[in-house]
This record gives sequence, structure tokens and C-alpha cells, in this order.
Amino acid sequence: MNCREKSPWIVHFNCNSCNGCDIEFLACLTPIYDVERFGIVHVGNPKHADILVVSGAVNYRNVRVLKNVYAQMPSPKAVVALGACGATGGIMADCYNVLGGVNQVIPVDVFVPGCPPRPEAIMDGILQAAGLLNVRQEDRNAGAEVRLTIQPAGEPEKV
Amino acid sequence: MIMVDPIITALLAIFAVPFIGAFLVGLDRKLTARMQSRIGPPLLQPVYDVIKLLHKEPIVVNRVQIIYAGLHLAFMVLCVVLLALGQDMLMVLFILAFSTISLILGGMSVRSPYSRIGSQREIMQMLSYEPILILMLVGVYLVNDSFMARDILASGKPLLLSLPLIFPAFLMVMTIKLQKSPFDFSTSHHGHQEIIKGITLEYSGPFLAILEITHWYEIFLLFFIVTMFWATSIPVGLLIAAVCFFCEILLDNIMARLTWPWMLRFMWMVGLGLAVTNVLWLYI
Repeated sequence: MNCREKSPWIVHFNCNSCNGCDIEFLACLTPIYDVERFGIVHVGNPKHADILVVSGAVNYRNVRVLKNVYAQMPSPKAVVALGACGATGGIMADCYNVLGGVNQVIPVDVFVPGCPPRPEAIMDGILQAAGLLNVRQEDRNAGAEVRLTIQPAGEPEKV
Repeated sequence: MIMVDPIITALLAIFAVPFIGAFLVGLDRKLTARMQSRIGPPLLQPVYDVIKLLHKEPIVVNRVQIIYAGLHLAFMVLCVVLLALGQDMLMVLFILAFSTISLILGGMSVRSPYSRIGSQREIMQMLSYEPILILMLVGVYLVNDSFMARDILASGKPLLLSLPLIFPAFLMVMTIKLQKSPFDFSTSHHGHQEIIKGITLEYSGPFLAILEITHWYEIFLLFFIVTMFWATSIPVGLLIAAVCFFCEILLDNIMARLTWPWMLRFMWMVGLGLAVTNVLWLYI
């Protein structure tokens, strides 16, 4: 369906990022880049969103929150991981509390490399993810949708 | 006025109005973008959004909320149909209030504090504009000796000449109903990450689409009432509506969002003051 690609609403989640990616991401909303011309709206509410944009490396404290945000989004949904940290953990990869890239926890559709990536690259990544939403819907129809297990609060997160 | 079969008018009101509303929302987004020196989304963007939302997975927080979303839409459609058939304006306003109350109850029916704050703000908005709407109808009755919409359309004298002060008061009400700054507290077209999106927070997918479609009907309803202020000549009425539409968008872009006590004070002093003065003038 074409309308899905034309109106990707995004929710942004900061997983312990240094804010470099976040600042570049927010630059996409300014009049210079103007993502609204592609129908992209930054909704800030997972229940309204189609695409989850994650910046930063996942650690043990925020893994539950990330899973929760992902689980609250209605299908079809896609995930974009921003920057080197989102892809592999980046310079944080060896920290004692860091799990690694976003794909360790939730299925990532598009990785946007860079430290930080340029706003043009971020927009390109989001639009590619929007193009994948139809594929995700086909997965859902075929019963191949990813279901996460979320531990109840208080128990240590198994990854 | 051309006489049409009431059933055809009603069907036209139900099926054609959302398209006009969607076009107005699209134009609004485009004009807003141009005023902020952006390119802006395509004109059909609201339609794309709603079709996408209708095809998303339905996630229900509780069933009661979904019923309220449906009632919100149903009462709004009924409002538009009654107005298109030239029925009692007083009835239209009461059903409009029912529609808003359904939205408030839907927001109140979930346990999210954001949703409840949004609903409470919607209540404050209703408190601000309802007296002005009632006084507007009192003014209409004093001029036409009738609450019927078809008598307004049939009267030989434009309503605006008899209600010059009620018209700006109604424009203030319209700013609230269109969710424009400085009065966009309960929900807004901007600031999606902020608490002002509270009332729609727990709706997702198709149910959010229902709220959006209701807003299309609402926009048409408001601009229909604006056009009725100059019902003797439809082109002049439409011109007034177009100027009002542009002014609302301009106001939305140049004003900051203010607080609800300010809104209540402003609406009850300036808005209500204008309306009461006009009604007293008509009475004497």
C-alpha cells in the first residue's frame, strides 16, 4: 500500500546516546531539511508511530524500556538505528554495562552509519525504512511477526 | 435556495464533507509550512495519514474508549447532517457538545495521566466557548425570530450586519475548536511530543483515524456556520470563510500557546463581553 510509505510517523528513543545523533536527528525537522515534505511526523508516542528511531548503544538499564516502546507500536513497524553506537555499540561497546547495538534487543531494519550521521543520511534511512513497512505487513500476514518477551519489572533482563 | 431531496442532502453531507475537510486540513498544513519557510507535505497528506492509520493493527486499551471514539464521530456527523438539512441550530449545538463530551469521556476512561490532563483541558475549553455559542444563537433568534438554520439561509439580510460583535466572538470560539494557537491546550496540530497531545494518547491505528475524520467534519461545520453569517450571497460568504481560514492559520503561526486560566479569562471577558453587548444592542 502506497499510503504507508507516504506517511511514516516516527518516534525517537534515546538509548544512552551522547546526543550527537539526537541533535542531527532534530535538525531534520528544521525548515532547512523539512522532513514533513515526505509526510514524516515526529509524534513522540509509540502508539501513533510507524518507525522507531533509536540512537545510542543499548545498556542493561534501558533495554526493558526499549523493548517496551517497541512492543507498544502497532504493526506494521520498522526500526532505524542511528550512528555507530546504534549499529555496534561504537566507542561504548567495551563498557561493562553496554550490551552492544540495537539489533541485540529488537529487529533493526535500517542502520544509519556515522558519528554522528548527517541529517541527509538520517532522512534517507527513515525513508528506506518507510519503504520496508509494506514488507513488514506481508510478514505479519504470513505470521512471521517478531514478538518480544518482556520480563516483569524487578527481574534481571535476559538477552 | 434550491430545494433538494433531504435524503440526498443528508447523504451528500455524510460522504462529501470529509473530502472538503481533508482538503482544508491539507491546505492548512501546506500554508503553515510556507509561513515557516518550509515546502510542506503534499495537499493529500491528511488522506494518506488516515488511510495508513486505518490499515494499522488495532490496539485496544479498553473497549469503552473505542465506543466513545465512535460516538464522537457519530454525533459530529449528525451535527453536519442536521445543519445541512436546515434544522434547529440549538439542537446542532447540543449535539456538538455531546460529541465533545464523548471525546472527554474517552480520554477519561483510560488510566493514563496524560490522557486525563488532556480531557480536563478539553473541559476547560468547553467551559470557555459554550456560553458564547449559546449567546450567538440568542442573537440569531432576536434577528430572525427562529432557531432554524433554514430561516437564516432564507432571510434577506446578512446576519453579519446585525451581529457584528458576535462574529469576532465566534471566531475566537473557532480558534479553540480548530485547535489553533493561542488556544490549543487539549490537542494541537503541532507539538506532538508534548502533553497537549494527551487526549489522543491512548488511541492508535484505526481509532486515531476516527478522531481525525471527526475533525474533518468539525472543520466543515465551523466554516459552514461562518458562511451562514452572509447567507444572502454564497460567494461573499465563502470569501469571508476563506479570509477567516487564512487568518486562523496566520494567528496559529504568530502566537505562542498560552495557559488555560488566561484562555478562560480572555474568553469570558472579551468574548462573552462582545457577545453580551451585541445581544443587549439587539434587545434594546
